[in-house]
This record gives sequence, C-alpha cells and structure tokens, in this order.
Amino acid sequence: MEKFIYIALFAPLVGSLIAALFSTQSKMVFTGWFTSFMLAVSMYASLNLLYYVYTEDISLHIVLFDWIVIGNLDIPFGFVVDHVSVVMMSVVTVVSTMVHIHSIGYMEHDKGFNRYFSYLSAFVFSMLVLVMSDNFAVLFIGWEGVGVCSWLLIGFWYHKESATWAANEAFIMNRIGDLGLLLGMFLIYWNIGSLQYDIVFAQFSTLETSTLIWIGALLFLGAMGKSAQFPLHTWLADAMEGPTPVSALIHAATMVTAGVYLVVRSNELYSLIPEVGYAIACLGAFVAIFAASMALVNNDMKRIIAYSTLSQLGYMFVAAGLGAYWIALFHLATHAFFKSVLFLGAGNVMHAMHDELDIRKMGGLHKEMKATSYIMIIASLALAGIFPLAGFFSKDKILEAAFYSDATVLWAILWITAGLTAFYSFRLVMKIFFGKANYSEELHPHEAKSFVIAAMIPLAILAVIAGWFEHSFVEFVTKILPTWETTNLEHSTAWKLILVTSAIVIFGIAVAVFKYKRDGFSKSWEDTFIYKLLSNQYYIPKIYEVCITKPYYAISVWVWKVIEIKFIDASIDGLAHFVNKMGVRFRPIQSGNLSSSLRLMTFGLILGLVFALVLSVL
Amino acid sequence: MTLNAYLILSTVLFSIGLIGVIRRKNVLMLFFSTEIMLNAVNVGLAAISKFHGDLTGQMFAFFIIAVAASEVAIGLGLLILWYKRTGSINLDDIAGMKG
Repeated sequence: MEKFIYIALFAPLVGSLIAALFSTQSKMVFTGWFTSFMLAVSMYASLNLLYYVYTEDISLHIVLFDWIVIGNLDIPFGFVVDHVSVVMMSVVTVVSTMVHIHSIGYMEHDKGFNRYFSYLSAFVFSMLVLVMSDNFAVLFIGWEGVGVCSWLLIGFWYHKESATWAANEAFIMNRIGDLGLLLGMFLIYWNIGSLQYDIVFAQFSTLETSTLIWIGALLFLGAMGKSAQFPLHTWLADAMEGPTPVSALIHAATMVTAGVYLVVRSNELYSLIPEVGYAIACLGAFVAIFAASMALVNNDMKRIIAYSTLSQLGYMFVAAGLGAYWIALFHLATHAFFKSVLFLGAGNVMHAMHDELDIRKMGGLHKEMKATSYIMIIASLALAGIFPLAGFFSKDKILEAAFYSDATVLWAILWITAGLTAFYSFRLVMKIFFGKANYSEELHPHEAKSFVIAAMIPLAILAVIAGWFEHSFVEFVTKILPTWETTNLEHSTAWKLILVTSAIVIFGIAVAVFKYKRDGFSKSWEDTFIYKLLSNQYYIPKIYEVCITKPYYAISVWVWKVIEIKFIDASIDGLAHFVNKMGVRFRPIQSGNLSSSLRLMTFGLILGLVFALVLSVL
Repeated sequence: MTLNAYLILSTVLFSIGLIGVIRRKNVLMLFFSTEIMLNAVNVGLAAISKFHGDLTGQMFAFFIIAVAASEVAIGLGLLILWYKRTGSINLDDIAGMKG
C-alpha cells in the first residue's frame, strides 16, 4: 500500500515539473492533459487508499527520510494516511482533477497555458504534503507551499496591477497567520520536545492549561489566516483576481479549508481547552453571518461566491469549535464539491460573457447555456441546504451541534445565515440565468465545450449525493476523531430543527426567486445606509487602508528618508569617501623612484622601532 | 674593552651604512653601504657571542658573511648587465616600476 501513498503524493509533482519545462513556450495542449492525467492517477491512488483504510481500518505511516536531526530535535519527512487525512486526500484530488480538466477549456486562449498547469499541479502537491504530513514541521512546509502557489495563481495575470496587488495582499495577510502557527509550533516544541502528531497529542494532557490555551490560540491564528477568518478575511474576496478555476480549487475547495483541517487535526488539543473552542465557534458564527450579509448586495459574481465560501468556513469553525470535529470535516467535504462546481460554473458564465463579472449585466442566460445553468442551480440548492442534497446534511448537523451545545445564540445566528445563504445563492442564479437579458447584443453567449461540462458533472453528482453517505462517514472518521455525543437529542426536536431550518431556507429561495424574476428590489434600497454599509464590505478595507496601510506607508517613507538615507547610507558612503581621500593623498609616494622608496622604508623602520620602544616602556 | 664599546662601534657603522643607503644615488655605492650595515651587525653579533660565551652568534656572523658574499656576487652581475643595457648606474634612472 505504501506505493499508493508515493503515487498519490508525487504524481502531481511530476506533472508540475514536466509542465514547468515548457513554461515559457506557447500553449501546448499536451501539458494540460498530462497534468490532468497525473492528477487522475493521484486521485485513483487516493481513492484506493480510502478504500483500503475503510476496509482494513488501519492507518498507514511512512517515513520518506530523516529531514532534521540535530541534538534532541528529530523531524522526519514522514507521512501518515489515516481516516482524516485520507478523506482530505480524496476530496483534494477529486476536486483538483476535475478543475484541471475544466481549466484546459477555460485557459484555452491564454498565453501562459503551460505555466498555469505547472502552478496548479504544484499547488495540489503542496496541499497533499499539508494534509498527509505526520508532524507540524512538514505540515508547515505544505502550508507555505500552498501559500506560494496561491500567490502565483492569484497573480497569474501579472501584467494586471490589480492581480499583483491582490496576490501580494493574500500573501502578506497570510504572513500574520503563519507567524501565529510558527509560534504555536515553537511553544509545542518547547514544552513537549517533539513535533510528531502522535507524540504531541499524547502529551498535551500533561501540560498546564495556560500553555495549552496559548498553543491553541496561536495555532488558530494560523488557521484564521489561511481560512480567511475575520479580521484577516479581506484577502479572499480580492483573491478572485485569479483565473476562475483557481478560485474553485484553491479559494473554495482546498487551501482555505486547511485552517479547518488544522483544528480538526489538533482535536486532542482543542478538546482540552473548550473555552478556546467556544471562542472559535463564536468567531465562526460571526464570520458566517458577516460574510453572508456582504454577499447579499454585491454585484460581482465571483465575489458573491467568495463571500459565500467565507460564510461556509465560518460554519465549519462553529462545528469544530464546539467539538463536533467530524461534522466540520463532513461540511468541509460537501462544501468542497458544491462550491468548486459553483465556481467552475461561474467560469463558464465569464467565458460566455467575455470576462464580464457584474451580474447586473447578465440575465436570461438559461436558454443559452442550459447545462451550466442546471449544474449551478444544483450547486446552489446544495449550498442552500435543500433536502436531499449534500449541503442539507452537513449544514443541518452544524445547526444541531450548535443547538445541543446550549449555544442557542450561535444557533440563531447560523439559522438566519442559512436563510441569507439561500437568498444570495438564488439571487445570483436568478440574476445570471433568468429574468431580462441585460447584456449587449453582440456578445452571443455560448455554452462551454462538452468536456468542460463533463468535468463538472462528477462534482455536481457528488454535490447531490455526498450527503447520503453521512452514516458511513461518521462511522469512518470517528475511529480517530472524538464522537460528538447526540444522546441528549430527542427525535421530535431534531425533526423540528430540520423543519425550521428548511423553512427559512425555502423562504430565502422563494424571496430571491420571486423578487428577481422581474426587476428585483427597488432602486431606493441602494440609498439606504445598510445597503451602502454592506456593499462597501462594512468599510473594513477602507479602515485597513486608513489605519494600517497608510500609516505603515508613512513610516516606511520616513525610515527610508531618515534612517536609510541619512544614517545608514551616509555612514557607509562616508567610510568609502574617507578611504578614497586617503588613497588620493598617499598616491604620490608611489613614484616608482627607488631612492625615495628606500627612504620611506627607512622611515617606516624607524617608526616601527620607536613604536616598539614606546610599547616596551609602557 | 667593554661590550658597550663594541655595540657603539656597531651602531655607528650601521648608521653610516644607513645614511649611505638613503643618500647615495650610485647603485655601486648602495652595495657598499649595505655591506657596511651587514658587517656592523656582524660586529655586534661576534661581540655579544664572545661576551656571553655562546658560539651561536659567531656562527651566525659566518652565515651572514656567506649570504652577503653571494648577494654581492649576484647583485654585481645584475648591475653589470644593467650598465651594459642602459649605460648608467644612477638610482634615479631606474624607474621601471613607475606606474
């Protein structure tokens, strides 16, 4: 079975390196299909491992080589395939394979075709390193690797100022989180003396609570950066500058869920410090409603989906924070399927509309692109949480978890968010596919190529059926994750909860459908304070600009002008000038005349003697 | 005779040699001056060796004499060649190292 681990891990790397060989050349369809094939190989190996772990119920552990061995520090480059990581591997490789195939169609006319596939496969490799690692250090390598690939891909169209800006923003915001993760790792090593998961988790119970709280909070800071939780959330919406399949893969399905994965992986830690867990849940609930409210009024197709991702990540953190780790992982998996397919559908729409993103300039596309429309409706239904689609099962479980953890306030927030989610999802669908056509006549929107649609279908099917495997999923992952007790759950209340949630979801969909069937809400809405607040993202980007970016820029300019130029440069230049002047002054002694050289030699000798005399007297 | 007297003699000889090195422009005279300096040192070495009853100093003086002889032999050879080539043994004319 070990060979499957190696195949799953290294097939994307091979694809990436081969594609990189042709990165500066013009488009070669071969690179796209080759990387997709390597991803398919990796997917096959991952699914094989999933089946193996499922049937045999054991976790595999391999050590590639010893990486750092210094004194007591021993960090092997080891990988573990257990119930949690194999689920992540399967989700990552399935989504990546489909996204790769979709990208062949999406990037068809792009000059950087080969480069794109090289980056995309490198991302998958880093993501697999992240989820398969058996210690925090290798996890950190994967963590940074996905960060770099995300930077490369957001800024893929580097000639666009906005794209490079967004790429840098994402990378710099992640620095803050990564610092937290690093400090958390240092604390773990300091207190336990190892970074191996099994050793560390076994030792956590021996530590003091205050240390554990520090470790938990710092690790969560890392998770916040990667999963774009408030207040580090602004990068995710700006990351939509990248190609749309990238948003589907990195900024919806895989990389942004790495934070959730980290919390789920460290469940032994967070189980010991429920107060930190509760704080995580509160932040998650806040982000859920906060992001959903911003999605309500936005007119940028991709940003709406990005805020939706943010909101769903909030849901996952609620579940993880309340100790229902398997529910968080379950929602992570179902969300990966329906959100990636939603993004891929948005990519098709963008292509049809010649890169138009404003949903006010769309409408009536259903008759032009039926397949995309149906797939996006399915994905939106799954996102909203309509029975029997995937989102229903996972989201409902999160609401249940909140309700039974006596966190009624959190439950109420999530309940409202569920309604908002339904509303904005269908606002998006209605504005794009139905109603009056608002695009110009010359566009002639067309459906994407059939293989592009074919790549979306497996994901769409998974978005429908993934929820049906809830019971086997629970049984599978709770072998290593703590079971979340639902014993105090009465059947009638559970049913009531489901009904109440479904009611608000259907209400949200109905409002969206009826309102946007015609003209939507009246224009006067757009003058209200709330609308302005929401459409300006609560003015948070503005606040960041005024409070952080501008002062920082001013400080940097000051440091440049005063410290750099007047102090550092001046002292270095002064030294150089001094040496230069001395050189000019002493140049005449190099006259080439032997007689004067001899005199100088004598003079030097006498000087040396006098010096020695003075020294000996002293 | 005291050791001091020998050492004073040695110093005086050395100074004469040194002044010669500084002042003279004739390369041949320069050789003479260096010989004077070397032998001034020899006088000092031999005197100290005698007064301390240690033969090492005198052995060293012999070495210096041998080295000085070979040095003069090679130096004079070079000087003759130089004279044949340029017709001058004035120190100020030797300025090949001037940059």
